[in-house]
Amino acid sequence: MALLSRLEKLKILADAAKYDASCSSSGSTTRDSRGGKGVGSSEGMGICHAYTPDGRCISLLKVLMTNYCMFDCRFCVNRISSNVRRARFMPEDLAQLTIDFYKRNYIEGLFLSSGIIKSPDYTMEQLIEVARILRVREDFRGYIHLKTIPDADPLLLAEAGRLADRVSINVELPTRSGLAKFAPEKDETRIRDAMASTRDQIIGWKQERKRIKSAPRFAPAGQSTQMILGADGASDSEVLRSSTDLYGSYDLKRVYYSAFSPIPDASKDLPLQRPPLMREHRVYQADWLWRFYGFGLQDLDTAMEGGMLPLDIDPKLSWALQRRDLFPIDVNSAAKEQLLRVPGLGTKSVGSILSARRHGRLRLADIGKLCRNISKIRPFIVTQDWRPTALLDREGLRGMLAPKPKQLELAL
Amino acid sequence: MRVVRLDHETDFDGWRGQARSLLVDGIPPQDVAWQVGTAQADLFGALERPLDPREPSRRLRVPKQFLSDAKLAICNRDPGRFDLLYRLLWRIQQTPELLTNTVDDDVYQFEKLIKSVRRDRHKMRAFVRFRSVKGEADTYVAWFEPEHHILEENAEFFVRRFANMRWSILTPEGSAHWNRERLAFGPGANRADAPDSDALEELWRGYYAAIFNPARLKVKAMTSEMPKKYWKNLPEAALIKPLMASAHRAEKGMIDAEATPAKRQANYEFAANPPES
Repeated sequence: MALLSRLEKLKILADAAKYDASCSSSGSTTRDSRGGKGVGSSEGMGICHAYTPDGRCISLLKVLMTNYCMFDCRFCVNRISSNVRRARFMPEDLAQLTIDFYKRNYIEGLFLSSGIIKSPDYTMEQLIEVARILRVREDFRGYIHLKTIPDADPLLLAEAGRLADRVSINVELPTRSGLAKFAPEKDETRIRDAMASTRDQIIGWKQERKRIKSAPRFAPAGQSTQMILGADGASDSEVLRSSTDLYGSYDLKRVYYSAFSPIPDASKDLPLQRPPLMREHRVYQADWLWRFYGFGLQDLDTAMEGGMLPLDIDPKLSWALQRRDLFPIDVNSAAKEQLLRVPGLGTKSVGSILSARRHGRLRLADIGKLCRNISKIRPFIVTQDWRPTALLDREGLRGMLAPKPKQLELAL
Repeated sequence: MRVVRLDHETDFDGWRGQARSLLVDGIPPQDVAWQVGTAQADLFGALERPLDPREPSRRLRVPKQFLSDAKLAICNRDPGRFDLLYRLLWRIQQTPELLTNTVDDDVYQFEKLIKSVRRDRHKMRAFVRFRSVKGEADTYVAWFEPEHHILEENAEFFVRRFANMRWSILTPEGSAHWNRERLAFGPGANRADAPDSDALEELWRGYYAAIFNPARLKVKAMTSEMPKKYWKNLPEAALIKPLMASAHRAEKGMIDAEATPAKRQANYEFAANPPES
């Protein structure tokens, strides 16, 4: 086989990595390159250095060490039975590439994952070696996200946590049966064991840090996971039950949802169709409602029809249309928790309302300044000069508030 | 009408000193005209007289948060910013909690200015592209065109991040230079003063194209975060149109393709004994 150039390898191994949605570089410890010998800083807020026409951001160099893999996960472009081109970077190559990109301000750091070669331990050791070269030899202070390999030795997982800002392991599918069917070599119990171990070590570091400020850090930006939407038959209700359970059990920073997307040389067992992007969007919105808006699973179920979130309207509006008995809400007197339930009001708008109403009674035009689209909010609120009377009882309210169907993509 | 002159577009210290004196003298905002530089006298130029900086004889109310926010707002290109800031300061004397009234027109406008500067600052941190200088070790130059006057405010970020490189950021209105010890500011520059290429850009473009998923085309999501005005200085942006054009074809190809017979055994051997290069 002819030797591949650095560019060819990069193309193959980035192509192989793009189905992992995570690209976050936020929420780590604050640090910078002053007083060191390398490059890099992290100041809490992540930075997206570019956007591709799929609307996704490039924050990290997201790449696989190799796309050779011994596993045969049906949904994965790198599964053993796929005929994609294969390549492999050595740890030294990857460390150098990361620094070359970082110095030109293309990236915030590295998100490294890999197909499984030789053995889980060997693969994990190789990933750790990249992080070690960067952190120890090059004094790299940018962001590192390491994917941990299922079934790797817990000591290796611990080493990964000490070098990386974030570690993650993918649950892959929302249900145990889905995983058994489509990822026969993976085992949900062992994936969850790895998450539990990471959670305990992060908690341990945080406690240690209270006593000794210089305690060796452990994945300060936390852990995350990803599940694929639309590869198995799981409903939105099942997806959200699974993700909220994961958030609660393992103190995850994020659960990423990835609409199953056609891949080159796809397995015949899977739906080959356009990825359900709108479904993915609605599931993310519901995830947000659960994490930041005080919505419980029951509320999310209320927003669904037959276990699925509606695609034409957002889940908060869907919930509100089912619970019209709770509206209208008076913006001049309602509690924060109530305001967060109003369709069209985000956490920031709610903060502004609470702050502004200490100065005087708010009128509809005032609310108009604080939100994007007052006509969508109007049916659900009372202000000094506005009360929605019969609007809430209208049969056609949903039709009035649903966004008009439009061409999904407009030319530039 | 008092005409007050500031030394330059982001002369925060000048603004603060003058505003304090005006406040002490009890000059209401509608009687003040703020001007930058000595360019030209306006209609009221005749009435101009320099203000002596003076110590306030009575206690002025200046919330700390207002000063740090005002420092950001002054970076905004909006010509009315000095006026607005003085009006806010004037009103804060009567209403100390004014800034929490988010629906007040002045506060609302103030927040809009700050938000726009913050966004521009963030985009500069994101979209500056350094090019290495041939023949000089670890030396990099970038050409960037910010929307607001943020170069000086933002340069410290690049110092923190790239403390051990030598670098310059050139913009039409000014330039920042870091020699691993000291940050210096110089005059504006031209695009031609920066290197016109970098060998790494081929790899970067290769990465950009490969990480794009043609089955998920969402152009509006891209342009809202990476508006077209930035494209001309991004080496990867030349790929956007060709990638969009080929996206539907690429996606359809993947959907229509018959799965080829799996080379399971051969792949397994490679995975068990992967090549080292």
